[in-house]
Amino acid sequence: MSQPLPASITRTIKDTLRHLWSFPGGIKLSGHKSLSNHQPISTAKIAKQLIIPLSQHIGHASEPIVKVGDKVLKGQILGYASGPVSAPVHASGSGTVVAIEEHLIPHPSGLSALCVFIDTDGYEQWIECSPLISDSSSTDDNQEAVTHRSIATLSSHQINQQIANAGVVGLGGALYPSAAKLNTAEKMHADTLIINAAECEPYITCDDVLMRQRPEEVILGILLLKKVIGAKKCLIGIENNKPEAYQALLNTISGYNNSHTDAQIEIVQVPTLYPAGGEKQLIQVLTGREVPSQGLPMDIGIICHNVATAAAVYHAVYRGEPLISRIVTITGSAIKQPQNMEVPLGTPIRDILNQAGLDENKVEKIIMGGPMMGFSLPSIDTPVTKATNCILVSEKSELATPPPAMPCIRCARCSDSCPMSLLPQQMYWYAKARDLEKVQDYNIFDCIECGCCSYVCPSNIPLVQYFRYAKTEIWDDERERNKANIARDRHEFRKERLEKAKQAKAEAARLRKEKLAKKKALDAEQAKEKEGLSQSNDNPAKSSSADLIQEAIARAKAKKAQQQSQKKNTDNLSEAQQKKIDEVNERRRKKADSEEI
Amino acid sequence: MLFGILAFIALASVFGLVLGYAAIAFKVESSPVVEQIDALLPQTQCGQCSFAGCHPYAEAIAAGEAPINLCPPGGENLIQSLADLLDVEVLPMDDEEDSLQGPTVAIIIEETCIGCTLCIQACPVDAILGAAKQMHTVIESECTGCELCVAPCPVDCIEMIPVKQTVKNWRWPEPQYNANNKEAESIFTTLDHVLAENIRP
Repeated sequence: MSQPLPASITRTIKDTLRHLWSFPGGIKLSGHKSLSNHQPISTAKIAKQLIIPLSQHIGHASEPIVKVGDKVLKGQILGYASGPVSAPVHASGSGTVVAIEEHLIPHPSGLSALCVFIDTDGYEQWIECSPLISDSSSTDDNQEAVTHRSIATLSSHQINQQIANAGVVGLGGALYPSAAKLNTAEKMHADTLIINAAECEPYITCDDVLMRQRPEEVILGILLLKKVIGAKKCLIGIENNKPEAYQALLNTISGYNNSHTDAQIEIVQVPTLYPAGGEKQLIQVLTGREVPSQGLPMDIGIICHNVATAAAVYHAVYRGEPLISRIVTITGSAIKQPQNMEVPLGTPIRDILNQAGLDENKVEKIIMGGPMMGFSLPSIDTPVTKATNCILVSEKSELATPPPAMPCIRCARCSDSCPMSLLPQQMYWYAKARDLEKVQDYNIFDCIECGCCSYVCPSNIPLVQYFRYAKTEIWDDERERNKANIARDRHEFRKERLEKAKQAKAEAARLRKEKLAKKKALDAEQAKEKEGLSQSNDNPAKSSSADLIQEAIARAKAKKAQQQSQKKNTDNLSEAQQKKIDEVNERRRKKADSEEI
Repeated sequence: MLFGILAFIALASVFGLVLGYAAIAFKVESSPVVEQIDALLPQTQCGQCSFAGCHPYAEAIAAGEAPINLCPPGGENLIQSLADLLDVEVLPMDDEEDSLQGPTVAIIIEETCIGCTLCIQACPVDAILGAAKQMHTVIESECTGCELCVAPCPVDCIEMIPVKQTVKNWRWPEPQYNANNKEAESIFTTLDHVLAENIRP
């Protein structure tokens, strides 16, 4: 890359003169970054078996689309995004899917989640990649101009689609699907893109080496991000303890800034103060604007992305490669060769630790992330995921028994160090009493869990642990409440439904009865008509059942009488016969009378 | 004297009219405290409180006919919040054993199910799906774990299993930070104090 010195110098001067703001609190820490940031990025050996979790991002887990026994190629999609906030997951090596089952994942809970197991074949055969822009590796003088023109030909939707398909998520630690974030930023017309290159936590150097050794990828990725959201301004914030990375980026940028005025990217050195790499803190330092309480940078027209995310975007657009590997810092005093390694996702952490030279006898704790915000790994047989930025292995001799927590003496050092201007001593008090409403009144959800308060506490109170505990308790309560509300609705609906069914049944019974009565009445009327006008006309309407019965009886009697009156063989009877008949008739009448009574 | 009496009569009649109007216009159908209590209850509709569901229990509490400690699914937290709401003493859980169990959901062992629909009729939240002589199944996300379907099943094919813990519903444990309890401590390596010592400039 050509190096236009004058521009570079003017820019440096401009940066030194740039007005910077500051955030409240913060603490100075010794970085321990030189342990791992001098060596070139090494490549991890291909693992025999890759364990790829289907949920490596915030939001819904991916839905697996491969089956056991399927042959997969490197870069092939294993699970697709299952919602608006989700990201696909890809195979990071070629081989055979041998299982899709639960496995321990690197999470503080030590719980398992669904993973795809791939037995690698060692050929590393890629699936066909379809880059949006061909990355001409020729050393053309006018290469930047060409690249920039080709970026201009792409629509922001096209780029964002490619980012979504590549499964790019925020590699700074939040793991929010980048495409979803860019979409919102585009809709809300964010005008400033801030690239977070601060990397403020001790020991971690993965972004540092990325910027030193692959500045081109970072800058091209940033140009793409800028294009997607249509940002007018772009600032890169980098802590001033990384002069080499700063210089490397500066050299690359100056080339682009010279040839294209609209490509303006400013790179700004910020003072090294933990946690300057916090999204909200970096925004405050660079722009002097504060993200509102419980709000997002988007609310003030800013969108923040990590440098490693920018590099992943470059890979997605220029190479058509999905996010299947990341740079991991392997460091700590129990590691023989601390280094940064490009690791395919799904590689067991045990493999990369062995490759870096793990001193088994010295190991005390294996921490994923940094000393301030990381967590102890439940097992080293968990895989590297999109979240794994650093594996920190501490030495036994370093470990003294942690001092016991003492009562709070109300020294307020925690609130002095809090970068969010919260009152940790109050939140601790209420979290301990499990007064979740009160904790929220003290804005616990603005806590970024940086750990400054625990670090400065002279009583060694695990403050940030209490805040994490309180946050998850609040979320759990909310889930319970939502569930209760749904159950109440369902129960009430059921009661209503049963009530309705009961009413419908009663109604049906009533209708049936009515119908029957009507039919009877109709029958009776018909019978009456048939019979002729035997009954007198002065009694026309007979609808009551008592009348009907009377009528029926009368009808029966009339019939009987008719039968009697029309007896056959009754002509020419003798006296005695007639007498007998009369007797019998009399008896019958008597009997009928008594029956009637 | 007379003016005083007249003034008071006038005031009394004005206020009487206002209050009378308000009583009609702003009539509250059910006691609001019942709804407030009902909102706190877990809505499992399990009847373990001996009332026919959560709302009847809420009514009974509001009427002062039932104590606040009859709801095992709600647990100690519910007693605490009810005590706060009603400004009464916190009582210990009525049946200590029940409250110790975690949340559960019903599952139907589908090979054994004969499709009798008895459990469907028992379910208070319509969380069981099926038809006569067809296999039934529980909609797990809607199941409140009330166990009302277990007893009616003639072939004992319904089991209560604990709700599965996932990364999504996992909660950080309450810190138990003391020197004697190494086990509890090992969970909290975030900001390991030794490393913290190490990163002190």
